[in-house]
Amino acid sequence: MTQKNEPLKNLSTHREPRSGLRTLWVWLASLALVWALDFWVTDQLDAYFFTILMYAGINITLAVSLNLVNGFTGQFSMGHAGFMSVGGYVAAYLSTRYQAETPLAFVTALVSGGLAAAGAGYIVGLPSLRLKGDYLAIVTLGFGEIIRVVLLNIDAVGGARGMTNIPPLTTFGWVYSVVVVTVFSAWRLVNSSHGRALLSVREDEIAAEAMGVNITRAKLRAFVIAAFFAGIAGGLFGHYLRYLNPATFDFNRSFEIIIMVVLGGMGSITGSVVAALFLSGIREALRPLQEITKIDFRMVIYSLMLIILMLTRPNGLFGTRELSEFLPAWLRDRLDPKASRKST
Amino acid sequence: MHSPVAFKFTNSLLIATLFLGLSPIGCKKKQVPQDTASGSAQTTSVGPIKIGEVGSMTGSEATFGTSTHNGIDLAIRQINAAGGVHGRMLELISLDDQGKPEEAATAVTKLITQNGVTAILGEVASSRSLAMAPIAQTHKVPMITPSSTNPKVTEQGDFIFRVCFIDPFQGTVMAKFALETLKIKKVAILRDIKNDYSVGLANYFAETFKKGGGEIVMDQSYGAGDIDFKSQLTSIRTKTPEAIFVPGYYTEVGLIARQARELGIKAPLMGGDGWDSPKLAEIGGKAIEGSYFSNHYSSEDQSPEIQTFIGKFKEAYGVVPDGLSAMGYDAARVLADAMTRAPSLDPQAIRDAIAATKDFAGVTGKITIDSNRNAVKAAVVLKVVGTQYKYQTTIQP
Amino acid sequence: MIELIQHLVNGLSLGAIYALIALGYTMVFGVLQLINFAHGDVYMLGAFIGLYVSRHFALGDHPSLGNLIGVLVCAMIGCAIVGFLIERMAYRPLRKSSRINVLITAVGVSLFLEFSGQLLFGSDPKFFPQIYKPEGDWTLGALVINPLQVMVLGISLTLMALLQFVIFKTRLGRAMRAVSFNHDLASLMGIPTDRVISYTFMLGSALAGAAGVLVGLTYPKIEPLMGVMPGLKAFVAAVLGGVGNVVGAVVGAITLGLAEEFLVGYWSPNYRDALAFAILILILLFKPTGLFGAKRTEKV
Repeated sequence: MTQKNEPLKNLSTHREPRSGLRTLWVWLASLALVWALDFWVTDQLDAYFFTILMYAGINITLAVSLNLVNGFTGQFSMGHAGFMSVGGYVAAYLSTRYQAETPLAFVTALVSGGLAAAGAGYIVGLPSLRLKGDYLAIVTLGFGEIIRVVLLNIDAVGGARGMTNIPPLTTFGWVYSVVVVTVFSAWRLVNSSHGRALLSVREDEIAAEAMGVNITRAKLRAFVIAAFFAGIAGGLFGHYLRYLNPATFDFNRSFEIIIMVVLGGMGSITGSVVAALFLSGIREALRPLQEITKIDFRMVIYSLMLIILMLTRPNGLFGTRELSEFLPAWLRDRLDPKASRKST
Repeated sequence: MHSPVAFKFTNSLLIATLFLGLSPIGCKKKQVPQDTASGSAQTTSVGPIKIGEVGSMTGSEATFGTSTHNGIDLAIRQINAAGGVHGRMLELISLDDQGKPEEAATAVTKLITQNGVTAILGEVASSRSLAMAPIAQTHKVPMITPSSTNPKVTEQGDFIFRVCFIDPFQGTVMAKFALETLKIKKVAILRDIKNDYSVGLANYFAETFKKGGGEIVMDQSYGAGDIDFKSQLTSIRTKTPEAIFVPGYYTEVGLIARQARELGIKAPLMGGDGWDSPKLAEIGGKAIEGSYFSNHYSSEDQSPEIQTFIGKFKEAYGVVPDGLSAMGYDAARVLADAMTRAPSLDPQAIRDAIAATKDFAGVTGKITIDSNRNAVKAAVVLKVVGTQYKYQTTIQP
Repeated sequence: MIELIQHLVNGLSLGAIYALIALGYTMVFGVLQLINFAHGDVYMLGAFIGLYVSRHFALGDHPSLGNLIGVLVCAMIGCAIVGFLIERMAYRPLRKSSRINVLITAVGVSLFLEFSGQLLFGSDPKFFPQIYKPEGDWTLGALVINPLQVMVLGISLTLMALLQFVIFKTRLGRAMRAVSFNHDLASLMGIPTDRVISYTFMLGSALAGAAGVLVGLTYPKIEPLMGVMPGLKAFVAAVLGGVGNVVGAVVGAITLGLAEEFLVGYWSPNYRDALAFAILILILLFKPTGLFGAKRTEKV
């Protein structure tokens, strides 16, 4: 029963709704910083590390959004790559079809991709989220497969031959702006009354329902929002790689995102950010090992890591805590006065 | 329950390890970025010449990546044993892409900017080559793909080459063979819908075959990894085609042949170079006998290139080389040949030398690079007899 | 007409394959309520054990029924051991954890088996030796029936009957049902729940091993990722029939096999892999307990 008690304690750290948009300036400042860094990073950073950084940003968006479902709502979605592909294909189709390469057109394409993914999320979520148990896992996994099969059969996007010549519109600024927006939205959601509804669903569905939470609607909300951001991430991905192929979005892709969420801690936004950064880096850091041994152990290491993590530290590295809770008291006090008050 | 103090301690430990994990990357980022466009090759004029390879060594297409890698590896070893290029050894750096386009893109970026390779070999599949090509092109590093058949690959830029057929040619070869040599008019197609190579070949085959007066009586599909094809074959059986065109990989074709014979379909199967593997005859057994496929070369060919290649390959890896190994072997040798002819190891000079390749005596035929950077070479049609692939005819481009 | 009957025969034999895998799936799910993602990979291991045993003793040279039985037994024992180890090392420590954690572990085990299989066996497809070759095909005009497939169907049905017997007529079966009904209560009644769960896993994995060998024999091409799709489809079959229900699993599997066959034969093969999941979603929507599943009410 200890398992049940620990997160409950955590409910109390996600206190009363934050008054208004008091911390909005922090986020605006982060956005400004991203765009200030944009020029420097693009110009100065080595192409290889730039690539890693870009994929890391896309992975952060994916991991944080998936955490809304798998972490905060306690459901288990295994089809995040499917939503990513919907967004990626829709966005790429729009920008290649209309040959529009202005920032406004790009944002439109990305948002359309996100909305399409959200729509797909609604369709998949509505039937499967009503069910208890692990069925969602299989249904979302199946959805990922169905989407892949459908994409293979659409000639307009190249089928198995893939979609080429997507304009290279994704820049550092766009990727990390999306990261900031995603993290901000997730953080606002989790700390709102909707967010507490999600947490209550995770802790005990029956009790949540008894308290007047419409559990299906709460789950669906998290699921659709997660799908939306996955779709945006897909759009960024396509316009960075400039090539899309249905095979990219297979189950292994979803699995990678799941590992990020699990490693960071299911229910910790900053945990997902750190884990996404870490795993995006480590997969490249492990390459020298592969050059020496001539064998690629990476997926074996990943899967072993996942098992060992579950056996030894099932809550991930951060559990449900956020990074700020590990900061020294004086600093935390500055950044997040309420958090420090609660934990003392 | 943990005591709060111990709890904090373990957490900070974990976070410390996390950042330790990140730190090697953080440190490397501070390196002065090198000006890659000017070509990193000249910066090291001594020591080995670095050649990069990207391939699918793991994942669902690992078997193709491994075959290609063995071919490339053998070629590099032979060239080094013969004294290398310009008196310098070749060093092959192989990176795995797990069969994913984005991994291939990252890997090629690493090879170019971190390892400073002079040229790139890879990828097997067009889907990965298409993700790699724009990057090689931007950095102006010559890239030769051994077996990406999608015409779009070399359209990505003037530094991208291939040593294999393109889909339009190979599709035409089998269509012509069916019409002119086998003299048949009714063919059914069974394509691998998940595989870009198979879809491409099937489309071009159908186009040429119909133009030549033939009829495609049925166009069915399967997915790579399937093991049961009976429902497709039962439907095909009702149309009584004179041959079935199955432009897939040997991994599935063997089973397709078995099930076709089980259902009493006597018509021969036809396919492309994806069939070329000893596994085809092993898995297909008697069922695949009498079927035809187009290939780059015939292992019966007594020319010394082919016989040494087959002998050395068996010696090194203990198996008969398949078509992908032969193509990897040729890609590496075309590159080495171009580097030998090039006045310097400047990427532009190597590019020009590859583009000027003419009648290179490769294992997979006499290779000439045309103005679209595609290999122009004749195709042979082979017939499966027992466990041998017997030469039937040569079809010129 | 012949075509229709041929499709029917094909669909039945495909369904029999799914049934073999689904039987093990449904047992483990019935007792533990755990989607054992690794089940499809145990099936793969069964095929490889079969391959290496047959190769080692060169059984392909003298096909006989005895060979087949010997190889089947080896693969079943091997897989039972693997199943035992997986349960002991990966699932048992998580008995008290939330279901999501167990599910993640199961996915981890599955991927671990797949990728280490690729390193260990090599990723190229292997030819499974013909260790048993029944005489010719049975033909009736254009209708062709492969005796191997009839045998697979027969074995599936026999195993189903056997399992039904074990579950309803033996002490072990009664213990399994008790554990499935209420884990804690069973334990209070003196049932060694851990041991019962171990047995269930071993039994389920042995069935997967048998399926691996039989599939290897009927479709003689095996590779390390061969278990992924059949595993998922077998799960769908188990859900279709009502999870935990042995007869349901077989009926579900055969329904799925026939559905796939007719989709491919009469409409389009392009959506074959999507069909299973579409069925799953529909079943979950309209009859979440499956065709034969008993309704369970959840109590607080």
